[in-house]
Amino acid sequence: MTTTEAADLKKRQWRATLTALGMLPVLILLAIGFHMLSGRFLSFSNLSIVMQQASINIVLATGMTFVVLTGGIDLSVGSILAAAAMVGLIVSLIPDMGMLGIPAAIAVGLLCGLINGAIIAYLKLPPFIVTLGSLTAIRGFARLLGKDSTIFNSDLPFAFIGNGSLFGIPALAIIALATVFVSWFILKRTVLGTRIYAVGGNIEAARLAGINVTFVLLFVYAMSGLLSGLGGLMSASRLYAANGLQLGQAYELDAIAAVILGGTSFVGGVGSIWGTLIGALIIAVLSNGLILVGVSDIWQYIIKGLVIIVAVALDRYRLGHGSRT
Amino acid sequence: MRNISKTFGSARALSNVSFSVEAGEVHALMGENGAGKSTLMKILSGAYDADPGGEILVDGSPIDAGSPQKSKAAGISVIYQELSLAPNLTVAQNMFLGAEHHRFGILDRSAARIAAAPILKKIGADFTADDIVSSLSLGQRQLVEIARTLTTNSRIIVMDEPTTSLTARETGRLFDIIGAFKEQGLAIVYISHRMEEIYRLSDRVSVLRDSAYVGTLARDEISAPKLVSMMVGRDLSSFYKKEHSAHEGLGNILLSVKNLGDGVRVHDCSFDLRAGEVLGISGLVGSGRTELARLIYGADKSVAGEILLGGRPLDIRSPADALAAGIVYLTEDRKRLGLFLDMSVSDNVNIGVIGEDSGLAGTLNFARARERADKAIKSLSIRTASTQLSVGALSGGNQQKVLLARLLESEPKIIILDEPTRGVDVGAKSEIYRMIDGLAKRGLGIVVISSDLPEIIGIADRALVMREGRIAGEVLASADKPLNQEEIMTLSTGAADAGAVARQSQGTMP
Repeated sequence: MTTTEAADLKKRQWRATLTALGMLPVLILLAIGFHMLSGRFLSFSNLSIVMQQASINIVLATGMTFVVLTGGIDLSVGSILAAAAMVGLIVSLIPDMGMLGIPAAIAVGLLCGLINGAIIAYLKLPPFIVTLGSLTAIRGFARLLGKDSTIFNSDLPFAFIGNGSLFGIPALAIIALATVFVSWFILKRTVLGTRIYAVGGNIEAARLAGINVTFVLLFVYAMSGLLSGLGGLMSASRLYAANGLQLGQAYELDAIAAVILGGTSFVGGVGSIWGTLIGALIIAVLSNGLILVGVSDIWQYIIKGLVIIVAVALDRYRLGHGSRT
Repeated sequence: MRNISKTFGSARALSNVSFSVEAGEVHALMGENGAGKSTLMKILSGAYDADPGGEILVDGSPIDAGSPQKSKAAGISVIYQELSLAPNLTVAQNMFLGAEHHRFGILDRSAARIAAAPILKKIGADFTADDIVSSLSLGQRQLVEIARTLTTNSRIIVMDEPTTSLTARETGRLFDIIGAFKEQGLAIVYISHRMEEIYRLSDRVSVLRDSAYVGTLARDEISAPKLVSMMVGRDLSSFYKKEHSAHEGLGNILLSVKNLGDGVRVHDCSFDLRAGEVLGISGLVGSGRTELARLIYGADKSVAGEILLGGRPLDIRSPADALAAGIVYLTEDRKRLGLFLDMSVSDNVNIGVIGEDSGLAGTLNFARARERADKAIKSLSIRTASTQLSVGALSGGNQQKVLLARLLESEPKIIILDEPTRGVDVGAKSEIYRMIDGLAKRGLGIVVISSDLPEIIGIADRALVMREGRIAGEVLASADKPLNQEEIMTLSTGAADAGAVARQSQGTMP
């Protein structure tokens, strides 16, 4: 082996490692940077606050990853979250049967996702348009549920979900990480997961290979809906309240941003759930860090937006070389 | 071109290739897929930068390669295999794309039209500058590409397999145009897999193999066996392989297609397929061959007719139904309709059977998948560094073998192969023929759709010929008399102008 070949091999190994790590270095740099600026970012209590803040977006972005892997998009996650939270709280107010709020919230999410999925898979309408429609329609439905007012339950039977903790780790964070793990298992360890990647990579080839494309599409939107429902439950149990108009506004944008930061291809077929987790954490670290450093609310928006663009540009640059097809 | 090398990462795509083209000459470039033809061409066109040390000379003076604009300025035009036209624009807009006629940024449409008209006339186009490209046939689009090269002051035109999707008549016209270019003193680099085109057109042939230059033959030295041995580096005494013997009445009828039609592209098609038989389906591009295959496979919906498997009627509504019945279909467009290019070799081979291999709750059986992938790589001699490499990184022939492996994993009874050797190099072609023969011997029923007549004649026991969505006729072979090329051509073109076309496309593969 000549020295140039050896150097080349080293370079390629380095690049492969870099590809596998994805945005993790960015996350670590941000965390260290904020710690140096504020002096208190990397404390156990602050990190568990970050995890808590990130948890709902992690759950939504996980569902979004399924959808984006098939080349689709789900804009309705914020609205579904609101509707699910409303139903969860309303059911929790039923005397002695308050715990039924948990399955009720999740069922509402699943149902909304199934409706999205059915329209997209059977009527073959574009996901962007379908979920843009349901974004609006389900938002209206959520307002209708509470007669356009805020629902409270100060004696919420499942408040432990939002405010409990295990060994000091917030329950919300545990739920989020469990969701990520289960999703990773589905995507990488089951037949269905492989088929999701196949449908996203080449939908026509998938159909010709005998894959039930309709079912796969139905599944990913149902999954996204279900996880939005879970997000609604988490949100309701954290706040003891829900408002059909305000809850979950623009959550879809943070979820999509996390998926993009995680390196999942918007054309479908390429991406991972770990990437999404790191993407969602980057967003949470930015929000938390900028507050700690004392950056104003307005500037937080501008910086977050720019970071997303720069991070993705870096990602493209990183992946742009070395492969040819 | 002198001493051109190109490396991608540690992979050497070209090493020290030199070759020259003279004015008024057609210089053909041949080689298996992955031999480096496309890379060489992309360096010529400026799409890639050559490694330091190589140079490109036009009229003896080196040009500063590495950008498409500079190559264009030096008079080099390239027509790629995949046409690069914007289908939503008109012919004239496409011809002047990037060099629009304008006055202070405002488009001057009439100037473009006026400039386009004589060029279109020169190449004998039967469409106008105002036609939208999406309304043109593939052959006409090819002419638009050629017209585009003529809008700049091209002196060297590079064509990469220009006839892949052309009909016999369109091919004939393309050859006439190439002839005219030669007379005008243009230099043409012609890349092709088809031996008959090389015979007809080229003044010299250069061969690349494994990224290196092998040699150049002058016109009077060109012979098929010589070229093939240069390309593959060994003699191919038995290129086609037909050892199985299935003539009418030997095997049982496996598949019966009765009056099948979709009401648009396929009408009233009926045929039987026997066990152990290779049935060729010939016909011109667009005659409904692919559409018929897709109806049988359930990829499209039929409106009339029925399909019987072993005498029992089948209700095929989707590819999944066809697969369950033991019918598999190899698409003619492996990249767009067949493979998952971002996924690994192993995933591509296993995608159809992961369901039946899976364990509890649909968990993947990685051990079984590895076993299947390893077996497929060995039995089809797929050249890949690893089962985990993404299929997009393989050469055309190896991609095709991966797709074939996927079909075979489902243990089919009937295999429909649509252009199984399109864009596949000579070595892999021969291996695919061997594989088809082996499967027929094992008693499978095989349908081969092909535009390559020597291929049909070389491997099929009998051939159906399609024309305008119908089965125009059947050509039989017997033990002592092979399929007749003239007969097939007569049927596929319709009797009237059959003679002319049949003569035109004569020429045989080794």
